[in-house]
Amino acid sequence: MIEFKRVFKEYDNKITAANDFNITIKQGEFVYVVGPSGAGKSTFIKMMYREEKPTSGQIKINKFELGKIRDRDVPFLRREVGVVFQDFKLLPKLTVFENVAYALQVIEKAPAEVKARVERVLNLVGLADKADTFPDELSGGEQQRIAIARAIANKPQILIADEPTGNLDPRTANDIIKIIERINKQGTTIVMATHNSAIVNKYKHRVIEIDDGRVIRDQKRGGYKDESNNL
Amino acid sequence: MKAITFKRHLVESFRSLKRNGWMSVAAFSAVTVTLLLVGALLSVIMNVNKIASDIENDVQVRVLIDHGTSPQQREALKKKLSRLDNVQSIKFSSKKQELKNVVGSYGNDFKLFAGDDNPLNDVYIVKAKKPAQTIAVAKEARTMKNVYAAKYGGTSAKKLFKVVAGVQKWGTAISLLLLFVAVFLISNTIKITILSRRNEIAIMRLVGATNSFIRWPFILEGAWTGLFGALLPIIVVDIGYVWIHGLLSASLASTNYRLLSPGVFLIQIDILMILIGIIIGAIGSGVSMRKFLKI
Repeated sequence: MIEFKRVFKEYDNKITAANDFNITIKQGEFVYVVGPSGAGKSTFIKMMYREEKPTSGQIKINKFELGKIRDRDVPFLRREVGVVFQDFKLLPKLTVFENVAYALQVIEKAPAEVKARVERVLNLVGLADKADTFPDELSGGEQQRIAIARAIANKPQILIADEPTGNLDPRTANDIIKIIERINKQGTTIVMATHNSAIVNKYKHRVIEIDDGRVIRDQKRGGYKDESNNL
Repeated sequence: MKAITFKRHLVESFRSLKRNGWMSVAAFSAVTVTLLLVGALLSVIMNVNKIASDIENDVQVRVLIDHGTSPQQREALKKKLSRLDNVQSIKFSSKKQELKNVVGSYGNDFKLFAGDDNPLNDVYIVKAKKPAQTIAVAKEARTMKNVYAAKYGGTSAKKLFKVVAGVQKWGTAISLLLLFVAVFLISNTIKITILSRRNEIAIMRLVGATNSFIRWPFILEGAWTGLFGALLPIIVVDIGYVWIHGLLSASLASTNYRLLSPGVFLIQIDILMILIGIIIGAIGSGVSMRKFLKI
């Protein structure tokens, strides 16, 4: 469960990226966060895994109150929130298997469990046969699937995706969304910031639209028309 | 920390040393140069201390008795001396005995002065309870009747003490400064290696690694750097010390002063250098990590 109550975020340069956010996302929901570049989508996403702190207001992620959380507890919050980025953020010197295993080693899982879980998530994203290859030998779509595998390896309750299809062609983007949908069906909450109106309109879910630091729309099974694409 | 995690940190720290190639060599060199200087300085300081304590223990006041002092007056002087604070023992040495010592040290030419021609004085050899009190005892003895002079343990003792204190003070200061510089150099070198791994650290943080989990491999890497950096200085200091010890021992043979013998002393110095290397390496690394762990 994700809860934002009267959340404001103003950066040092006086830009207000969050102006009175009041949002509740229930466990198992799939939410698109849409809006033009610079609208505040990324700030919204970053506040969820405490990469950014709000200027004021309350944020609750599962049992964590982000306003009260101590710095040394942040890693434990992040174990419950998987994150996927537009640029994948894979480690180039590690193999696919090692990249995914990394997320589990970091939280001190036993080697046998690491192996079993990595195999399971690689199967889920359809890349079990690429376990021994290195990221730069893979296509963008494949790399993003690895990043997703890494994000869900630890069975987080929430998966946050910041423009996960931003660097991908439409067909590959479609594949990625199908995987994310599958993860959602297993009960994981999905919060996905995106510009991709085709996907938002095809796979209908709740849509939160942000513009100029304000939530201007929060619609169940909404659509999206990305005006910036038409410029 | 779980054993499996520690093992991972160990492997990771070695891997990172290898991966950073020349940067690691730069960090080793910083440790090596520092420890060479620190090792040499430590050897000097510890030997100066040893000789200082030799001198201190050797220091005794020689109270020269006026010519023509009667045995009674001599006894009275002895009583007076023994009543002084801080006096541990008083030994009488006749001028005959003194001449023997001179002849023993400087040769038979001095035998000429035997008998009535002996210009030397009878002497009370007074030992103070503590080395530092020697000077006070000598001063008081000088004020007494029938005392020609009161000299203490090699007239240069005072000067020597000053030199010793200077060497200790400056040696320690320079060592500390060097260690500080080493920490700075190592932390900067490691900072560069860390910069190239920023992405990795960011990802570790993202997937929920605790700060200590992220920090450990780097601290171990710093410790290895310190350990390997200490090897060359150990070899150089050990060989150098044995050589210098051989050279100086011959010329010190005729005195009561001795250098520390290489065996145990060098083991101590070696262990100390290893520990210093490991500690400055680990601290240097830990310090440079801090910036990257802020959430």
